Amino acid sequence: MYIHSVTLDKDRCKGCTNCIKRCPTEAIRVRDGKAKIIKEKCIDCGECVRVCPYHAKIVVTDDTEMMKNYKYKIALPAPSLYGQFKDMTIGDILASLKSCGFDEVFEVAYAADIVSYITRTIVKIKNFKRPIISSACPAIVRLIQQRFPSLIDNILDIMPPVEVAGKIAKDEAKKKTGLNDEEIGVFFISPCAAKVTSVKNPIGIKKSYIDGVFSMHDIYSMILDNRRSRDKSVEHASSMIGVGWANTGGESYGTSLENCLFVDGIQNVINVLEEIELGKLNDIDFFEGLACIGGCVGGPLTVENNFVARNRIMKIKEKLNKEANIKKHLVADYRAFMLNVELKKSDVLNLDDDIDKAIDKMKLIDEIYKNLPGLDCGSCGSPGCRALAEDIVKGYASEYDCIFKLKDRIKILAEEINKLSIKIPPVIGSDKEVKS
Amino acid sequence: MEFDVKARDFSSAGESSSAFRKTLLMLSVPSDIVRRASIAAYEAEMNIVIHSYGGKMHFEIYSDKIVIIAEDTGPGIKDLELAMTEGYSTAPKEVIEMGFGAGMGLPNMKRNADVMDIVNHDENGTKIVMTINI
Repeated sequence: MYIHSVTLDKDRCKGCTNCIKRCPTEAIRVRDGKAKIIKEKCIDCGECVRVCPYHAKIVVTDDTEMMKNYKYKIALPAPSLYGQFKDMTIGDILASLKSCGFDEVFEVAYAADIVSYITRTIVKIKNFKRPIISSACPAIVRLIQQRFPSLIDNILDIMPPVEVAGKIAKDEAKKKTGLNDEEIGVFFISPCAAKVTSVKNPIGIKKSYIDGVFSMHDIYSMILDNRRSRDKSVEHASSMIGVGWANTGGESYGTSLENCLFVDGIQNVINVLEEIELGKLNDIDFFEGLACIGGCVGGPLTVENNFVARNRIMKIKEKLNKEANIKKHLVADYRAFMLNVELKKSDVLNLDDDIDKAIDKMKLIDEIYKNLPGLDCGSCGSPGCRALAEDIVKGYASEYDCIFKLKDRIKILAEEINKLSIKIPPVIGSDKEVKS
Repeated sequence: MEFDVKARDFSSAGESSSAFRKTLLMLSVPSDIVRRASIAAYEAEMNIVIHSYGGKMHFEIYSDKIVIIAEDTGPGIKDLELAMTEGYSTAPKEVIEMGFGAGMGLPNMKRNADVMDIVNHDENGTKIVMTINI
């Protein structure tokens, strides 16, 4: 079963329409005064988490208590973690993180360096469709599967850094400790909801290499609490390229390709994907689309303001080596880090498998839509009038869920009642002729 | 489906093709056909925006084919053969400066449609009918 990380806290939800209107895949409806997420449509981008004024949208991450189930525990901090703290170097952050109960810390930024290295290698030897589309943001990959299926073939088939980090960390720990897979726990410190989901429901790989995902938010205060217990044994290996992945454009920079386009914010990404599909951007080599403004530093599970964090990452990068010293044995066979499960088109938008039936339904949607007010107010619980028309045809809603339609109908009924009320029965009023 | 397309309205140009594309996705049309139809529709719509005095985009979807009809009022196409040549453009300078009118419109439409008929192209306007088989 598909497990989502974005869920609803019913007690907090007021049934307002903020989330339904912001969801890029129209995956939310309000029913019985509460928001309801349509699982099949949700891509876990976290837009609703950000926009909910009542904090009713929550991202379910793993409890740090789960670490107890493993003998050897490894933390995988996302590059965006480095931008969350004031006056702390990467070394300080990694050391504090290790003191939170981990045996080892493996930087996802270092895995990002490896992914950049592999990308540079394979774009030379493999004939990719242009523009090559980044596979790093799981929300965007899911968006493409749902709304831009013709671009699936353009997706770069390398695992995202977090999975590369998980795989390497586990393999190395097995060698080092002699423990088996089940005894080693690999935990990702995530800035975003989509990455939490992609561990439970992997994209392009059979099984995730990650055992648990902790929210950056939850780990933040633990790191601050441990900031004085500096453990010098943490090796910091990532470079300017790897750490740069935290910000939009970081991955593009790492590809060394000449003509890259990087876009953040899910609506902006949708607009550019439309242009790519129209063949208008065939001169672009690489397209990096990230759901969050600023990139991963803008993830819904981060703590620091994304612009502040972005700035810090820029400053941290300046002090690092341009490229990481990648251990040769790690990249000896890049195929180990390639996606190995075919990315498939999502059929969630289909009205009907039978095209004739689908066309009939579409006609009906058009007719219903024409008669709706077009205000897209959301009072019916659907994100707009068009979505309401679709919901009516699918049987999820009624025309009178539209408050204006209902008011019109009440007006007609009231007039009818008024007319009837004037008609007085002959026994008490009008002198009607009686024929024998 | 029918949409009005205004001349020189670059800010809303492409909207009808975009709505058409969404509809195709909901009709379980295979993704490569969606892509071809979207490109053909978009180019036709842009032609109306750039070259005509305004017009209409009309879409018909059947179980075995998609028909796109682009009809405009406007100067028509003077030299059809030339207009079908890749890179040839009669778009005004300021339009080309905006990144449009690269002279790929008609050739692109022809490439993506299975059948393309230019029904009329006189001074009263142009009507193009494109069919894409599903």
